[in-house]
Amino acid sequence: MSFTAIFFFVAIVGLTLVVTWWASKRTSSASDFYTAGGGLTGWQNGLAIAGDYLSAASFLGIAGAVALFGFDGFFFSVGYLVAYLVVLYIVAEPLRNLGKFTLADMITARFNNAKVRGTAALSTITIVLFYMIAQLVGAGALIQLLLGIDYWIAVLIVGVMMTTYVLFGGMTATSWVQIIKACLLMLGTVIISFLVLLKFDFSIATMFREMATATDNGAAYLNPGLRYTNGIDTISMLIALVVGTAGLPHILMRFFTVKDAQTARSSVIWATWIVGLFYILTIFLGFGAAAFVGKEDIIAANPAGNMAAPLLADALGGDILFSFVCAVAFATILAVVAGLVLSGASALSHDIYGQIIKKGKISEKEQVLAARIGSITIAVISILLALGAQTLNVAFLVSLAFCIAGSANLPVIIYTIYWKRFNTAGAVTAMLTGLISALAIVAVSPNVWNPVEGAAIFVGEPLIMLTNPALISVPLGFLGGFIGTLLSKESDEAKYREVDVKANTGISVQDVSH
Amino acid sequence: MANNQTKKEVVIDYEAIAKQESFKALVRKKNSFLWSMTVIFLAAYMMLPILTSYTEILHQKAFGEITWVWIYSAGLFLMTWGLCHLYVAKANSYDKEAKAIIAEYENGGGRR
Repeated sequence: MSFTAIFFFVAIVGLTLVVTWWASKRTSSASDFYTAGGGLTGWQNGLAIAGDYLSAASFLGIAGAVALFGFDGFFFSVGYLVAYLVVLYIVAEPLRNLGKFTLADMITARFNNAKVRGTAALSTITIVLFYMIAQLVGAGALIQLLLGIDYWIAVLIVGVMMTTYVLFGGMTATSWVQIIKACLLMLGTVIISFLVLLKFDFSIATMFREMATATDNGAAYLNPGLRYTNGIDTISMLIALVVGTAGLPHILMRFFTVKDAQTARSSVIWATWIVGLFYILTIFLGFGAAAFVGKEDIIAANPAGNMAAPLLADALGGDILFSFVCAVAFATILAVVAGLVLSGASALSHDIYGQIIKKGKISEKEQVLAARIGSITIAVISILLALGAQTLNVAFLVSLAFCIAGSANLPVIIYTIYWKRFNTAGAVTAMLTGLISALAIVAVSPNVWNPVEGAAIFVGEPLIMLTNPALISVPLGFLGGFIGTLLSKESDEAKYREVDVKANTGISVQDVSH
Repeated sequence: MANNQTKKEVVIDYEAIAKQESFKALVRKKNSFLWSMTVIFLAAYMMLPILTSYTEILHQKAFGEITWVWIYSAGLFLMTWGLCHLYVAKANSYDKEAKAIIAEYENGGGRR
């Protein structure tokens, strides 16, 4: 490992620790801890959303997928970006107007019931854990590769760092880590893209012309079908991307960190532009890696293509750019896992402990303590699971997290806001049907069963050929909520009108002003 | 808001607001805008995998070696940015109406 690489890593670790130390002095209430006291400005929150959104899977994963599979890799970029519109049009504002810290807060604004809150917390924790394990295993493998240290040390480094941010600095520190990371990531990506374009004389047309012969796939590289040949499976995957994002707890939580709806909206404009520009640039990262690094070297470094972007940086900018990009990848992982720990802790400490066990009778001091204990719990569990999952192919865990988010959380969010007849039984059945069906379908899918030894967890024929269950589990989540509602006579129209008024006017939000 | 309330929570008669014609009109307008747009952008998005999986339309070259699938995807990016700004503009105007609705309720004797 070179001196420059050590310099960049130490700089990032140092900078984020300074931010955490500064944030820790401003974190005294539960609201500070979970939502940074609602005190972020529009651009700050916008950058933090982008920092949460652009995970290592986006940066390293999509760049690698585009490098290896051309357009088929770019499907992810399109899906993740359009997903933003679902969040914006359907979920963000009512969530903000009804909730306080968590998704469960929002649903229980209508159904004040321990079972509903418990189920929502359960689905949140499940999503967070799956997502965390995938991120941590990926992080471990990456840092092992970059720094040449053992996998378990790599996981522990990331684990300790993320716990430090959350534990001491709460949402304020986490947000600033995400902001710093978003800026570094955009800077790194723009520099690499610029260098790639330079090689193609700043002409998109030239780039495409050369890419048509640059890989051994020829012109097919520029068209879909290299990786996804099964139409139903492709459709199912794109459904998961677009609906799953709108149910991801750590993304939803970011709408509570600003003071009012206008600020939330301006943060969304910032985020949409940053995220969109980033995803456009994944084309240059991917094409550049395919042309200037080459398929063999990309696969040799990592079979999934995760090293494509760092290798490209090395090929175009040498040691300094390579070290910088590796440090950015490290910061990316840290920012995303810190956000995940926080959303898991909020479900565990605020929903399960504070609201269900203590029935809301909990002092401010106890709330903050519970939040810290919850953060440690989530962090320790995910680190232990990640240490055990080293040899597992965990890519499916991310798609599973997306599926659960889309199948368990999105139906209940939509019904809670828009369906008058919806009731407690419906809310519980919607979440459980979505959660269980996504898990069950994945358990019998090619992710888990493959006739070829080593390709999946078990050797055998999958019962269902979908690699992504969204096409079935999302409609099942909606159907479960519908049937559950009709089977129960219970219905409270007055409560619905209250929720409707709150969601549409934001009238109650002033009451919880910070 | 009433200053003599000891608790932070102000009692709001949601029923009264929900009955206001102005509120009903806003909700109708909002929902029809939000859902019609959602149907449109989801349809535009889902057409991408459907067209690429079951037809060859988007595999044809548009400009040089750039095929239509890239143009279509670029269109989805432009759509996302455009609809994002449209949403914010609309939502800001709905905010004004919501304020008017709350003012109407506060003056209209929902509370006394």
